[in-house]
Amino acid sequence: MSVETLESRPVPVLPLASAPPSPAAEVWRALSANTGALIGLGIIATVLFFAIFADVIAPHDPNLPDRTAFLKPPVWLTGGTWTYPLGTDAIGRDMLSRLIHGARLSLVIGVAVVALAIMAGTVLGLAAGFFRGIFEALVLRLMDILLTLPSLLLAVVIVAILGPGLINAMLAVAIVVLPHYVRIARAAVIAERSKDYVTAAMVAGAGTLRLMFSEVLPNCMPPLIVQATLGISTAILDAAALGFLGLGAQPPSAEWGTMLADAREFVLRAWWVVTFPGLMILLTVLAFNLLGDGLRDALDPKLKS
Amino acid sequence: MLSIILKRLSLVIPTFIGITLVAFFLIRLVPGDPIEIMQGERGITAERHEKLKLAYGFDKPLIVQYGIYVDRVLHGDLGKSFVTTAPVLEEFRTLFPATLELAVSALLFAILLGIPAGVLAATKRNSILDHGVMSVSLIGYSMPIFWWGLLLIILFSVQLGLTPVSGRIDVLYYIEPVTGFLLIDTLLAGDYGAFVSTVSHLILPVIVLGTSPLAVIARMTRSAMLEVLGEDYIRTARAKGLPPLRVIGLHALRNAMIPVITVIGLQTAYLFTGAILTETIFSWPGVGKWLIDAIARRDYPVLQGGILLIGAIVMAVNLAVDVTYGFINPRMRRAR
Repeated sequence: MSVETLESRPVPVLPLASAPPSPAAEVWRALSANTGALIGLGIIATVLFFAIFADVIAPHDPNLPDRTAFLKPPVWLTGGTWTYPLGTDAIGRDMLSRLIHGARLSLVIGVAVVALAIMAGTVLGLAAGFFRGIFEALVLRLMDILLTLPSLLLAVVIVAILGPGLINAMLAVAIVVLPHYVRIARAAVIAERSKDYVTAAMVAGAGTLRLMFSEVLPNCMPPLIVQATLGISTAILDAAALGFLGLGAQPPSAEWGTMLADAREFVLRAWWVVTFPGLMILLTVLAFNLLGDGLRDALDPKLKS
Repeated sequence: MLSIILKRLSLVIPTFIGITLVAFFLIRLVPGDPIEIMQGERGITAERHEKLKLAYGFDKPLIVQYGIYVDRVLHGDLGKSFVTTAPVLEEFRTLFPATLELAVSALLFAILLGIPAGVLAATKRNSILDHGVMSVSLIGYSMPIFWWGLLLIILFSVQLGLTPVSGRIDVLYYIEPVTGFLLIDTLLAGDYGAFVSTVSHLILPVIVLGTSPLAVIARMTRSAMLEVLGEDYIRTARAKGLPPLRVIGLHALRNAMIPVITVIGLQTAYLFTGAILTETIFSWPGVGKWLIDAIARRDYPVLQGGILLIGAIVMAVNLAVDVTYGFINPRMRRAR
């Protein structure tokens, strides 16, 4: 009888509340409470929008000079026109169009550099954490050397070997930031390795590769995601610095750092060719830093002060 | 304590060997014939090529070549610049004081502003002041300093005409180099006008180079202070009626300084990175500009010697920071 009553008793259904929220939803909830992270996300979304639809939004061809409009000031200054809302540069190219196309370049640079560094860094860090011994020592010493040399100097030297250009600059920055990913991945692996689920997988007969990539790696992701977000800002900043030194993207490319290098000699008479590209770099870098800080708080409550 | 120093040293040596390897292979990795690259000229005749090959030891195995290179480096021979034909070490020695003067001034600027700002932010936690300090420091941290330099030139040099645009001192003055630091040399020479000129040339580059360290130091001071202010001994000090300034300035700040000093030490590598950009913007005659010029002129011995020397300096400073850390933090002394 008792069994029947138990079964016939209506079970209170809690469909939503009882289901554990997905990790993504949880992160989003923490993130959406963080004003800074939301501002960062907003700026990134805007820059991304510009980057994707650059061809449609930009009013002019970014590389087409207008012989009748050299160094035209922005529209709100005397002499400015709506044809060139943010003015033109020294050979009459539309600043606004170049800035919009530059968004595409900068985002590609940031994401590509971090993707490269995170892939190589994770594999090296995982392997170092798994195999230990001489391989680990070798990898760590190599990363120490990369960390000892000032980042921009190292990037400059790599570019000096490979030759200037956007691709080589990206490669150089990826090598410079590599140690951070290797160290984070290795530390995470060492922390995870001794946990029971890894032992269980090992007992169940999982091979080393399977252990590395499908058991341990997913659990090492949070610190890597945070580092990747913050890393995009470093990558954009360093690549722009190389462009500014004439070692990154080459003219007439509309890369923001390269635009600044071109604009240097007009500091005295045309502030707008100097001000806008740098402002775009600052805003984009700031946005990724804000988002990265927010993600760190959301993904790793331990780090929250 | 000695064991800490020895342990750190044992980590430093392989790193230094690695840096010599990087410098050694630099010339061999550049596309083109290494002999022509080392000689700095093209279209060398076959006969001369053979002679130079023997002279540089290129006929020997790579490991022997590396041994010769290290031997020369340890004897202070870093090769000669193609452009000036002066020894690289000599050039570095004359230019380094300019970079050091800039870097030390920038670091002082960052410390003198950053620590008080961090302390203020921590003691007035969640106030407008705290949010202001944190926002400004985040912006400073995200700042592309090459742009920041140009902006400051536009504002202070072009619009307001307050500061000079480039160089270390006005061309009107000639100061006999004694220490190489113009701030000191002008005072030694007793030339007040030259000293003022030096200071006015220094202001903008120092702000530009000091911005990122300032942001880092302010953030670190704030978080270290927040942690220390939550400790029991601070509550005890407050409970026994000590004036708040004494509690914050003496009891809390002392312990909060430990991580801050480490962070300050770690700025060395950044200061060189920043010096490359700052010196390029302000035509500052230091090692950063020297290296960038070397790349433009394909002056590889300068580049080779430059990374070696800068790598060694950064390593030495990091080692010194580690050791100092052991001295100021008694807990480290007892650690293994």
